[in-house]
Amino acid sequence: MGSEMKVPTMAELFASGKQPEVLFWVGCAGSFDDRAKKITKAFVKILTKANVSFAVLGTEESCTGDPAKRAGNEFLFQMQAVTNIEVMNGYGVNKVVTACPHCFNTLKNEYPGLGGNYQVLHHTQFLKQLLDEGRISLEGGSFKGKRITFHDPCYLGRANNVYEAPRELIRKLDAELVEMKSCRSHGLCCGAGGAQMFKEPEKGDKDINVERTEQALETNPEIIAAACPFCNTMMTDGVKSKEKENNIAVMDIAELIAKAGDL
Amino acid sequence: MEYLPNILFALILTAGIVFFARNVKKLIRNIKLGKAIEVNDNKPQRWTNMVRIALGQSKMVVRPIPGILHLLVYVGFIIINLEVLEIIIDGLLGTHRIFAGLGSLYDILIASFEILAFLVIVAVIVFWIRRNIIKLQRFMNPEMKGWPKNDANMILYIELVLMFLFLTMNAADFKLQQLGVAHYVEAGSFPISQFMVPFFDGLSTQTLLIIERSAWWLHIVGILFFLNYLYYSKHLHILLAFPNTYYGKLEPKGKLENLGSVTAEVRLMMDPDADPFAAPTEDSSTAEADTSEPEKFGASDVTDLNWVQLLNAYTCTECGRCTSECPANLTGKKLSPRKIMMDTRDRLEEVGKNLDANQGKFVDDGKQLLDDYITREELWACTSCNACTEACPVSIDPLSIIIDMRQYLVMEQSAAPSDLNNMMGNIENNGAPWPFNQMDRLNWKDES
Repeated sequence: MGSEMKVPTMAELFASGKQPEVLFWVGCAGSFDDRAKKITKAFVKILTKANVSFAVLGTEESCTGDPAKRAGNEFLFQMQAVTNIEVMNGYGVNKVVTACPHCFNTLKNEYPGLGGNYQVLHHTQFLKQLLDEGRISLEGGSFKGKRITFHDPCYLGRANNVYEAPRELIRKLDAELVEMKSCRSHGLCCGAGGAQMFKEPEKGDKDINVERTEQALETNPEIIAAACPFCNTMMTDGVKSKEKENNIAVMDIAELIAKAGDL
Repeated sequence: MEYLPNILFALILTAGIVFFARNVKKLIRNIKLGKAIEVNDNKPQRWTNMVRIALGQSKMVVRPIPGILHLLVYVGFIIINLEVLEIIIDGLLGTHRIFAGLGSLYDILIASFEILAFLVIVAVIVFWIRRNIIKLQRFMNPEMKGWPKNDANMILYIELVLMFLFLTMNAADFKLQQLGVAHYVEAGSFPISQFMVPFFDGLSTQTLLIIERSAWWLHIVGILFFLNYLYYSKHLHILLAFPNTYYGKLEPKGKLENLGSVTAEVRLMMDPDADPFAAPTEDSSTAEADTSEPEKFGASDVTDLNWVQLLNAYTCTECGRCTSECPANLTGKKLSPRKIMMDTRDRLEEVGKNLDANQGKFVDDGKQLLDDYITREELWACTSCNACTEACPVSIDPLSIIIDMRQYLVMEQSAAPSDLNNMMGNIENNGAPWPFNQMDRLNWKDES
């Protein structure tokens, strides 16, 4: 099925004098992490189905610099940012969509000051737009009546006040959206932000993802919905640590939608 | 000798105000030890935030029980201060209840002060129980041992005593009014203190006069003492919450500032025409920013932080809502955002005292904020999730201090944890935090 996937690059479109509606910023996790690649593909399937003209940067994409910046390496962050901005401005990019809230936050909030001004959307916002414009239709299908709890990614929720787009998409699947005790602006972090994804946690009496998974399990979900590749990893690990991986799936919103549409 | 009380009152009042002004001056000087930054953009939004968050207590009531109790104390203290105005005028002029001429309006005012005073007493008692009997988790963290705990209780005791004195003063006054003692005009309505009057039955007029005068004097002296206690206490928030919410962050919480000094260097590096061996020129016509003096990256001490961050530190009243929502703290890590703010304030105070002791010149004390107050373990435990900044009822930003200190560790000291060094090395070499080749970035599309 992978071979059928058409994923044009900005370079290819540029060569034929074309400009896509939107640049899909895949991100490092979406490009390299085996679990996150599935999210990337699910999102591409939806874009294709909806006839969205999109392109990726492919080998011209590089880390936004988010983890470097949060780790305190402003220098490395700005080197990455300036390089990426040069590439995107070279292609005249206007609109960017990404399935990673960390890339989303950095591109949206921190690139403008360095000369990168784009309309940046998280994929849940973009999917919501497609839905509102009637470019995709959502029917619950396999998710009808399923108990789904949504884990707010910090960099989507608190950091950028996007709480409703992912929830509306879940509701549109006719699923039963159940909230954890800490949700929306009080959502508990999965433990991966601020470059924690790439290091061992400090000494404590519990891992943060386990704490968050326990909150999720309290809602008795069939599916834990995520909207961030790092949250996805952390919650998946948390569910495994509770030996619930056979009963509870951790899925990205894009995967839910793609699966509901039999894509 | 008739004017002795007036003179004494004027002296005490002046002393209280002068001493307070001196401390305010010191406070402002200390805050200005921070780096200068411009925070005067979007004034309408800033005023709105101050009115909504500080004046309107919008973030306090997110937790309804302490929120409403706090609202009582807050409203109580603001409204009862109207009474202080009368006390001051009476004290200076030797009058008694000078506003009594307001008639029924005066009755309403005094009655509402009394009811509020009673509610403040109730709220303060509940607060004390929450801290000392129920021992709510957020008041029990390690950073709350010793002075912070005593300070919190001291504030509650002072408030309790002040309210009690206010009601005693009214009760004795009411009794004297009933007895028709000269000078004690019938004025005011006493819905609460009327219940204290029976305790005064059988006391001589002379004793009642002593009780009334003592309560009156202790009350006003107590208020002046409390005013001057503020600077030495976490309680400064009653004043600083207002400027702090005004200067609070307006941008999305996820946005971290880009360091201008770094931008200048990055631009220079990316500029193909730049001569890497060029001597730094005196006139900075070519460089975008003034790079004449190499700037220190990040923060290792309070003077590396900006003045808003220092204002934040003085504003913190150690409520611990930040810490109680911090994922690192919840899972037993050492990091506590409240401690970050307390440490910053304590170190700033130490620097301030150093300046006082050395005629305004800082003499190196071999200490700094990093390591001597805030450990690296705390800094590296942060997930930058913004739970703390969201939880703070007065717009304090502990995260910005954590990031500034990480910047110092990484850019000045190359002292990141080795895992993070690997991650950064990967980004530098192949544009991803993992060791994958950038040329493989699109491989996913052909994998099944």
